[in-house]
Amino acid sequence: MAQVRIQREDFDAAEEARALIAGRRDIGAVVTFTGLCRDEAGSLNALELEHYPGMAEDEIARVAAEAEARWPLMGVTAIHRFGKIAPGENIVLVVTASAHRAAAFEAAEFLMDFLKTRAPFWKKEHRVDGSEGGWVEAKAGDDKAAERWW
Amino acid sequence: MKLSYFAWVRERIGKTDEELTPPANVKTVGELIAWLSARGEEYAHAFEKPHLIRAALDRKHVKHDVPIAGAREAAFFPPMTGG
Repeated sequence: MAQVRIQREDFDAAEEARALIAGRRDIGAVVTFTGLCRDEAGSLNALELEHYPGMAEDEIARVAAEAEARWPLMGVTAIHRFGKIAPGENIVLVVTASAHRAAAFEAAEFLMDFLKTRAPFWKKEHRVDGSEGGWVEAKAGDDKAAERWW
Repeated sequence: MKLSYFAWVRERIGKTDEELTPPANVKTVGELIAWLSARGEEYAHAFEKPHLIRAALDRKHVKHDVPIAGAREAAFFPPMTGG
């Protein structure tokens, strides 16, 4: 059963990875992916992340359940933040654990690909010059990345 | 039913959610979008490009041809940009 959290607060990737493997002797591979807010060549002051409460949790849990059905996982943690996030800060975390690395790597990538196209989150840019940069547009490449798993 | 709006759909309509009762001839998500579009300028602006609008019924993604019968909540929003 995956652990899914939607929160305003920051997370500690190392702490989450430690918690996932605590007390286990059967896990041989842990993959930790952290998505960060980048400054877009110095032009971005912050991202404002809006989400659909309730559905965000449900949708990430559905994607995680699909990952657990496809790969022999021994643990999954997914955390997605909302609210105002500055460059250098964490946005999203995926941790996957398995006996072998292939399953852990692939499941982490699958989770991120689907989270980007299915989890109800939207990013709005706040620019360094004080202007509102507008809503980030979805990338066709993200849809393609998700499609390759079918 | 409860209607919820997010991101630029919310900004254009000017509210996060509302209670509305669509007429009986509004049967699908797509028809609900068309009916809402006729409610005023702000709705017409939000839904001017229906192919860009993503929808959820009771917090599950649905396509525009899905019937709305029995749903308590419909949500409309742009393509997602999380992660």
